[in-house]
Amino acid sequence: MTVVERREIALVDLLDRLLAGGVVVTGDITLRIADVDLVRIDLNALISSVNAQVPSPWES
Amino acid sequence: MTRLRYVYAVCRPFDAALQAQLTGVAGDPPRMLNHRGLVAVVSHVPEGDFAEAPLRQHLEDLDWLTGTARAHQGVIDALTAVTTPLPLRLGTVFRDDSGVRVMMEAREEAFRRTLDRLAGRVEWGVKVYAENEPSEPSEPVEQPADRPASGRDYLRRRRMQTRAHENMWEQAEEFAGRLHATLSDYAEDARLHAPQNSALSGTSGQNVLNAAYLVPRGHSEEFVEVVDRTKDDVPGMRVELTGPWAAYSFVEEVENVGDTGERT
Repeated sequence: MTVVERREIALVDLLDRLLAGGVVVTGDITLRIADVDLVRIDLNALISSVNAQVPSPWES
Repeated sequence: MTRLRYVYAVCRPFDAALQAQLTGVAGDPPRMLNHRGLVAVVSHVPEGDFAEAPLRQHLEDLDWLTGTARAHQGVIDALTAVTTPLPLRLGTVFRDDSGVRVMMEAREEAFRRTLDRLAGRVEWGVKVYAENEPSEPSEPVEQPADRPASGRDYLRRRRMQTRAHENMWEQAEEFAGRLHATLSDYAEDARLHAPQNSALSGTSGQNVLNAAYLVPRGHSEEFVEVVDRTKDDVPGMRVELTGPWAAYSFVEEVENVGDTGERT
């Protein structure tokens, strides 16, 4: 078999990392500094709304 | 129009040039924002798309999300080729450069610690799928010959199907557990992601393991070989490898009691 033939990364693999991984800079001191105005939003709502349409295989 | 700052990653200064054709999020090539010996990699993005309300709206749009996620990953990938980036979560946006600088100052020590911990490491993703049994039709097609003759007949058939299904799960979980233990031995660290939904991933089989492993770059070849060797062990199981990724799944700091800098 061939390893690392991954030119087109699957979107789910990408979102596992980009939406569930990575440093979250929110809810810390930067939010309390008035002129910074951090715009980053919480993506949990998105993830759960996507998942709600297709229930987990574990729950059936 | 006002341009906001989209931040991909924080890293240490590096000399190598990023690939010239690199287009970031919103088509804006990534720029380096140096501050106190660290570098934030940022794009200038339109407020009309990246302020809180429009961003929230865009993220509901799978096409927009896909394009943005791929652009984000493209920049992180390019950074991974020349340094060890500390990736930020998708959609981290600041009003202006000074907002980015304030964030960097507030998190300076944690950034440095994490960059030290991750230096020279990459992440590999390993997924295990249990292929659906060929005997189980995906849609219940009722054929006359297939129809149970009686209620008892039906129940017996159901029991057999259930048992076959349970066996498959048992086997899948055992295989996944064994593979995870083996790979964890080779890796410095491991994280389990939630199993992927096959409707979202569009792949066949049920995802029983979705794990990430932190591996020193120099040991990557060995790690890939281990995955390669294990993957044909059990029929009906499919192993998929992705990577090398930036260490997305390992950026969180495990809190050190007393913060002595010691880590076990």
